[in-house]
Amino acid sequence: MSDYLVQFNNISKFFGKVIALKDVTMKLRKGEIMCLLGDNGAGKSTLIKTLAGVHKPDEGEIIVDGKKTIFDSPKDALDMGIATVYQDLALVSLMSVTRNFFMGREPLKGPPFFKIFDVKTANKIAAERMGQIGIDVRDPSQAVGTMSGGERQCLAISRAIYFGAKVLVLDEPTSALGVHQASVVLKYIVKAATQGLAVILITHNVHHAYPVGNSFTVLNRGKSLGTYEKKDISREKLLSMMAGGEELDKLEVELNEMNRVSNS
Amino acid sequence: MSTKSKSIKSKTDSNQDERLKKISNFKILLNRPELGALGGAILVFIFFGIVAGDTGMFSAYGILNFLDVSANLGIIAIAAAMLMIGGEFDLSIGSMIGFAGICIAIPAIYWGWPLWMSIIFAFSMAVLVGYFNGILVVRTGLPSFIVTLAMLFILRGATLALTRLITGRTQVPGLRVLIENDPIAWIFASDSFKWVFTWLGSMNLITLRTDGSPLATGIPPSVIWFIALTILSTWILMKTRYGNWIFASGGDKNGANNVGVPVGRVKISLFIGTAVAATIFATIQVLDAGSADTMRGTLKELEAIAAAVVGGCLLTGGYGSAIGAAFGAIIFGTVSMGIFYTDVDTDWFKVFLGAMMLIAVIFNNYIRRKVTESK
Repeated sequence: MSDYLVQFNNISKFFGKVIALKDVTMKLRKGEIMCLLGDNGAGKSTLIKTLAGVHKPDEGEIIVDGKKTIFDSPKDALDMGIATVYQDLALVSLMSVTRNFFMGREPLKGPPFFKIFDVKTANKIAAERMGQIGIDVRDPSQAVGTMSGGERQCLAISRAIYFGAKVLVLDEPTSALGVHQASVVLKYIVKAATQGLAVILITHNVHHAYPVGNSFTVLNRGKSLGTYEKKDISREKLLSMMAGGEELDKLEVELNEMNRVSNS
Repeated sequence: MSTKSKSIKSKTDSNQDERLKKISNFKILLNRPELGALGGAILVFIFFGIVAGDTGMFSAYGILNFLDVSANLGIIAIAAAMLMIGGEFDLSIGSMIGFAGICIAIPAIYWGWPLWMSIIFAFSMAVLVGYFNGILVVRTGLPSFIVTLAMLFILRGATLALTRLITGRTQVPGLRVLIENDPIAWIFASDSFKWVFTWLGSMNLITLRTDGSPLATGIPPSVIWFIALTILSTWILMKTRYGNWIFASGGDKNGANNVGVPVGRVKISLFIGTAVAATIFATIQVLDAGSADTMRGTLKELEAIAAAVVGGCLLTGGYGSAIGAAFGAIIFGTVSMGIFYTDVDTDWFKVFLGAMMLIAVIFNNYIRRKVTESK
């Protein structure tokens, strides 16, 4: 009946009198990439934190695999397979690729009470996983600080997938990257989706979102302006919706008016 | 290590591989935080070898002498380094040394406790103080610099006030007689490998006293503790999950938290570590001197941090090593003792200490930029 992997229905979140989110609905199938677009202050970070289990929604329901759930903590969300990759990536640049990859979830070996960090296995898995996304880690014990921004983003995503993510929530994965790096990351995101993950891609960059997204939700001042399939909406329409198209149109008219007055 | 580079070699073509391998080996070397301290220690030994080689500095007695000083500093420097890697400072180490000293001496001398019970009592107090430091830093989010600076004054003041209140003076002598036959005092008070020195003496290889016993009687307990703690700490940092958590907590608190590292618990345990190390230091010194002094350990916290910094720890956390701190302590200990064997006025020691630390910080900063440089 419902073939959605995860549904967020009519989510609202209030901070005192401030309405941070109102009636936001998002549904994702396996292998789908939904892009969440919005300008600064549109409520993106509140929504991310709600998806990640940091905030509890005041209204609405979250349905994972057809079952209604409540996230009490980020760990709950993670246990349900919803992994959030924040903008800061949760990577420590002075630590090695391997140590970052397994940070907090280190593989152990040895007898009980004397278990040690299985560096050898960890190195192997980290190098393997990075290799799969086309990043040749010459030495998995090299510091993450030596990697480029795109590689770091890919490392964070690949880590989330390795530890069982079904739904990936990506917060502005391309905002700090150059054109080439951004395309590497986007390619990887599409690849992850084709392997059966659902991806929520949060961005303010329509040019990055449009080529990879299957559907688009535009957020403005805490409200959803609707969700559109790719075939139903053009890049230009999205751009103007995001920027608060009407307001800009009005501004243009006003500016023309002013020009005419000053010219005459 | 070798299997890993081999597997990488098979992936890339051979021409390119030779070049890459060289760079990565060079980087691995630069990657080691203790590189600077190791180099510094070698320089120090070469210097004194030339300047003081024909004095008694490098006799068995002389070596044990400067090793003892290095080891005492090293015990607290290693704990301070672990805490610094975890992203925090402990300025109360020196005061904790004084406090631990009277925690042993007052119950043993004035309340009639057996010595072993007083020692256990001192260690329990250390765990409490460390826990308190840690929980305060973690819960309030205040910089540990401020929290432990407050603890520096509180502990030293309490040590002084309580000692004078109970004993009417600021020193508590008379412990030496209690050491004999105590079930645990020997862990902190007896020399090891005495037979080696007796044998060396009998072979006339080391200097003897007039009564025929060797001048250097054995390896002092501080050195054994120092070596054991260096090995234990290095093992924890490099080989255990907890070690990875220490690096992560210091490198990026929020990031570590987001991926499930219990940052608070890690930091609290490291604060307990510095307080316990201070108590080991205090126990060894109190039993060696036979008396506790309320001012014992003054300024030791700064020497410990200096040794950790020389050993490659970054003040911002997330980077450093226990071996580095150990070398840092050896550098300071060797120079502070070695200076007596030269014509240089001992007043210059502090100048050297400061200069050494400054050079180390500049060097480490440069290394860090090299390590984290983007391709």
